[in-house]
Amino acid sequence: MKEILSLDHVSYTYETEDEKPHKAIDDVSFTVQDGEWIAIVGHNGSGKSTLAKLMMGLMYPNEGKIRVFLEELNDETVWEIRSRMGIVFQNPDNQFVGSTVQDDVAFSLENNGVPFEKMVPRVLDSLAQVQMEEFLDHEPHHLSGGQKQRVAIAGALAMEPQMLILDEATSMLDPQGRDEVIRVVDDLKRAKGLTVLSITHDLEEVLLADRVIVMNEGKVMMTGKPEEIFAHGDVLESIGLDLPFASRLSRELRKHGVNIQGEHMTEKELVNELWTSHFNK
Amino acid sequence: MDISFQQVGYSYAVGTPFEKRALYDVNGSIASGSYTAIIGHTGSGKSTLLLHLNGLLKPTDGVVRVGDVNITSHTKSKELKTIRKQVGIVFQFPEHQLFEETVEKDIMFGPMNFGVPAEEARTRAHELIKLLGLPEDVAKKSPFDLSGGQMRRVAIAGVLAFQPSILILDEPTAGLDPRGRKEIMELFYTLHKEQNLTTILVTHSMEDAAQYADNILVMHEGRSVLSGTPEEVFSNADKLSEYRLGLPRTVAFQRDIEKLFGKSIGRLALTEDQLAIAVSQALKEEGER
Ligand SMILES: Nc1ncnc2c1ncn2[C@@H]1O[C@H](COP(=O)(O)OP(=O)(O)OP(=O)(O)O)[C@@H](O)[C@H]1O
Ligand SMILES: Nc1ncnc2c1ncn2[C@@H]1O[C@H](COP(=O)(O)OP(=O)(O)OP(=O)(O)O)[C@@H](O)[C@H]1O
Ligand SMILES: [Mg+2]
Ligand SMILES: [Mg+2]
Repeated sequence: MKEILSLDHVSYTYETEDEKPHKAIDDVSFTVQDGEWIAIVGHNGSGKSTLAKLMMGLMYPNEGKIRVFLEELNDETVWEIRSRMGIVFQNPDNQFVGSTVQDDVAFSLENNGVPFEKMVPRVLDSLAQVQMEEFLDHEPHHLSGGQKQRVAIAGALAMEPQMLILDEATSMLDPQGRDEVIRVVDDLKRAKGLTVLSITHDLEEVLLADRVIVMNEGKVMMTGKPEEIFAHGDVLESIGLDLPFASRLSRELRKHGVNIQGEHMTEKELVNELWTSHFNK
Repeated sequence: MDISFQQVGYSYAVGTPFEKRALYDVNGSIASGSYTAIIGHTGSGKSTLLLHLNGLLKPTDGVVRVGDVNITSHTKSKELKTIRKQVGIVFQFPEHQLFEETVEKDIMFGPMNFGVPAEEARTRAHELIKLLGLPEDVAKKSPFDLSGGQMRRVAIAGVLAFQPSILILDEPTAGLDPRGRKEIMELFYTLHKEQNLTTILVTHSMEDAAQYADNILVMHEGRSVLSGTPEEVFSNADKLSEYRLGLPRTVAFQRDIEKLFGKSIGRLALTEDQLAIAVSQALKEEGER
């Protein structure tokens, strides 16, 4: 195992005119290993997007240090580090720079000095991966919400990054589209060892992660495997989060007197237990 | 106010090289005081259709009727004044409707624009800040210095503040945390019932469509292709999959259980409560046999 990202006692406060501004990030430390899929969850305003911006070096911590690819993030290293990262922001409109979909996806490749012969197929491939190959000459700002998110994802994939940060990147996709995009990212993780940090409110997506970081009021509240995190249903509820559908349903069924032994995160597991305990006697 | 679409067609950027047909022959009607969900794949035309309801877009073909106002390609903007007061739209991207210097001013804008005195508008703004679960200290902040989910809440507050009688919600829960999602969907439902609002919800959550709507309209490639009650629409799994849509988790789970039983376990489960009751009942009966 090799470290790819670490935060060491990081704090950040936005500059505002408030008399008593509060810390958006408050003494956060964690380490991510190369090739991990990390889900970051937390209530609105808990600091997730701020973390993403800090990891990209769009701003620097007031306290503490961030190390990416084993190098400390600072003015000297930020460009090289950023060229190996892909990010999809929460609002895709904020990241479009090109006047057509294909120019937009090509833009960051051009910036990173990818030669033209290599650029064209990469742009086309990544747009095809998110099923936007028919929109090459459309204006990115003049697309539907879900189409914008797909283009933003294609832009990040085209970079062939070592680390991909997704900030609620699929929040406006239809369920099928969401599954497709997640499958593409998961394939890249398996085939190429891509490291994924996915900020999400989608608890079913959290189940796919190797590890979950739970943010609460700017602090890391818990980290652990999804099943470890979801074992703390009451704590999660108390900070504005929830359990996946199958766990919620298991709880409800128990209340209605159904005997369920295990903790089930997915529908399949729950159906399996109901099958074994009730039919397979 | 009843709403209807008659053979509505719409093209973006007509007469330019970017002309793009987004709607073809959309038909449907929405009764005053009903709750309608519009579902459909990415790019199927849902947001485009919604923008016709307060005349932000005018149909290229056909007629959109809102109450007794007909909106066609010839309708003048000033004829739409009465509608604009009645129709509140929460846009898909909250950033598209925030513009004032402070959150408080942003929420006050709608009511003041329609003649509500400043003091009353301010009172409403502060009530809504609380109701939408925003921290009290956001009032004086810029709406752009907020997190994504906080902006969403401000955008919703700004629409509720002018108390529209038709409430149009374009994926209003995208970006909300799980508790916010639940509470704000419940808030819309309570307002819908108490104030008899006509509510139109565009959503990718089949669960929300199943749970809250009286009627569902399915859009596919710019056309209205299916409509009915949630029971009717979600009984039609094959048709939905043609439109690249799936079932709500509750119904999908019910189908899995029914496969085990080899028979139906009752009516379509549109909520988690209904599902838990149906499944536990069926298991009990099975045990007694
Ligand atoms: N540009 C800004 N200026 C000032 N304060 C900000 C700014 N952006 C965010 N904040 C504040 O910092 C805190 C953390 O915000 P952040 O955007 O990181 O939250 P988040 O966890 O991403 O929330 P969400 O789930 O709503 O996207 C919040 O209290 C927010 O109001
Ligand atoms: N401003 C615009 N200019 C040109 N074409 C547009 C514009 N907005 C949307 N379109 C196109 O019109 C079609 C319908 O878009 P619309 O935004 O209505 O879809 P939608 O059903 O809301 O999708 P989503 O679920 O992704 O939000 C899409 O093919 C889109 O590319
Ligand atoms: Mg955020
Ligand atoms: Mg839309």
